[in-house]
Amino acid sequence: MLKSTDHCIIVGAGHAAAQLCASLRQHGWAGRLTFIGDEPVLPYHRPPLSKTYFKPQDDSGQSPELQWIRPEAFYQDHAIERRLGQPVESIDRDAKTVRLGDETLVYDALVLATGSIHRRPPIEGIDHPRVFSLRTAQDADAIRDSLPEAKHAAVIGAGFIGLEVAASLRTLGLGVTVFEMADRVLARVTGEATSGYYEALHRGHGVDLRTSASVSAIRENNGRLSLMTGDNMACEADFVIVGAGAQPNQMLAFDAGLDCDNGILVDEHNRTSDGSVFAIGDCCNQYHPMYGTRLRIESIQNATDQGKALAAVLAGAPTPKIGLPWFWSDQYDVKLQIAGLSTGYDRCIARGEPEPGATFSLWYLKAGRLIAVDAMNDPRSYVIASKLIPKGAEPDPELIADPTQDLKPLLTSPSVAS
Amino acid sequence: MAKITYIQTDGTAVEVEATDGTLMTAAVANQVAGIEGECGGVCSCATCHLHVDPDWAERVGPANDVEEMMLELDDDYSETSRLGCQVPITPELDGLSVRVAESC
Repeated sequence: MLKSTDHCIIVGAGHAAAQLCASLRQHGWAGRLTFIGDEPVLPYHRPPLSKTYFKPQDDSGQSPELQWIRPEAFYQDHAIERRLGQPVESIDRDAKTVRLGDETLVYDALVLATGSIHRRPPIEGIDHPRVFSLRTAQDADAIRDSLPEAKHAAVIGAGFIGLEVAASLRTLGLGVTVFEMADRVLARVTGEATSGYYEALHRGHGVDLRTSASVSAIRENNGRLSLMTGDNMACEADFVIVGAGAQPNQMLAFDAGLDCDNGILVDEHNRTSDGSVFAIGDCCNQYHPMYGTRLRIESIQNATDQGKALAAVLAGAPTPKIGLPWFWSDQYDVKLQIAGLSTGYDRCIARGEPEPGATFSLWYLKAGRLIAVDAMNDPRSYVIASKLIPKGAEPDPELIADPTQDLKPLLTSPSVAS
Repeated sequence: MAKITYIQTDGTAVEVEATDGTLMTAAVANQVAGIEGECGGVCSCATCHLHVDPDWAERVGPANDVEEMMLELDDDYSETSRLGCQVPITPELDGLSVRVAESC
């Protein structure tokens, strides 16, 4: 628990850091609070970067601006010090200091909210200046700057970022080719029916979607980029976006000797192997009681919830229980909402027909228990699932599979009482 | 310009003057307790649940289909429940009063 004379330093300026700042002040802790970000701007909403950020606004034709998580006045009013555009270079845990440039800052509590970094697969030509990643506003601006001249884009990787970008660019009228190594899209995070739904959705919108296709090289020819699969020229594009997954941004912690294993290892209070150092958000790896295993979750919900939970720990307030993971993805006119994590499921039940644009949901069970639901244009199933999963409910599969049946009775049925 | 009054769950009121955005963005910008807007305003998280003053319900209008499905099973659902992110601020809303839902 922090004293009022303590200095709390947060390394990072994303969703988790912004939430921690807000929640610490909401709990009434008034000590010195500083966050340090390597990007030059205040914490902003990251999800729109792959969704609405490329699309000109309706009336003015102007591009959307970054959406701040909190306005600048919030940080001023609450005496939250900002160090932006200043990467932390190292941590000295014995002296309790962090170093940035020529400066050394002393902390009493240090919070690592360093997020994740994109994977860059070892493809020849991946360092070409028109091969983009998409994690930061700067990345999104670079892509946006190349749009006016572009007719065709290639996307490597059909995870959420890749598919959201493909949908955004297709909606703007660009031709889009998507390459996915696996035999289906979203293979890492969803079951086959959800993958099938999205494959049909994108193909229906004219995306050239190629699964089981590995790009081996990207070569510039007469100003355009040629993407090779094996020895074949697979497509020509004006630019390429790589969405090949992310990994924890844990180098700073690792170099400081903190325990890391697919993320910075933290306990139930987000404490690392050093009692004065904490980690929250995408960069950390924590035991999840609902799933009985350690998890590193890349999501807004997780970043926000861990920011709130750590604030309670540091302010000496009761800590909220670790909540249900949830995710969303907007592509074309389809809203996907995911409740829970489907990893380890042994049965999958489809509710409705997985036709593009239809109301459809996929329910994942493990030993009879509901562990996750993908809901496409089906917020009702999403809401019901997010109430059932934390209770360890074992819903009747026949009821779920029949879309003419109302699911609300599940919320009061005996299977929920467990 | 519209003046909006948010009644927080502890009963205190926050008065806000806004010209654009939504009931969610105006609340976040003015630090109304309980309004989070975690998803950034795309009707995905239901952390901006408000009860519209019944006298204003007609002018504000009903929830859209997706919004209604996000709200209807909420423990603090009412007939005038709205998600703040789905209500654009217009001059017609000048004087509106909304109450932050208990579940937020």
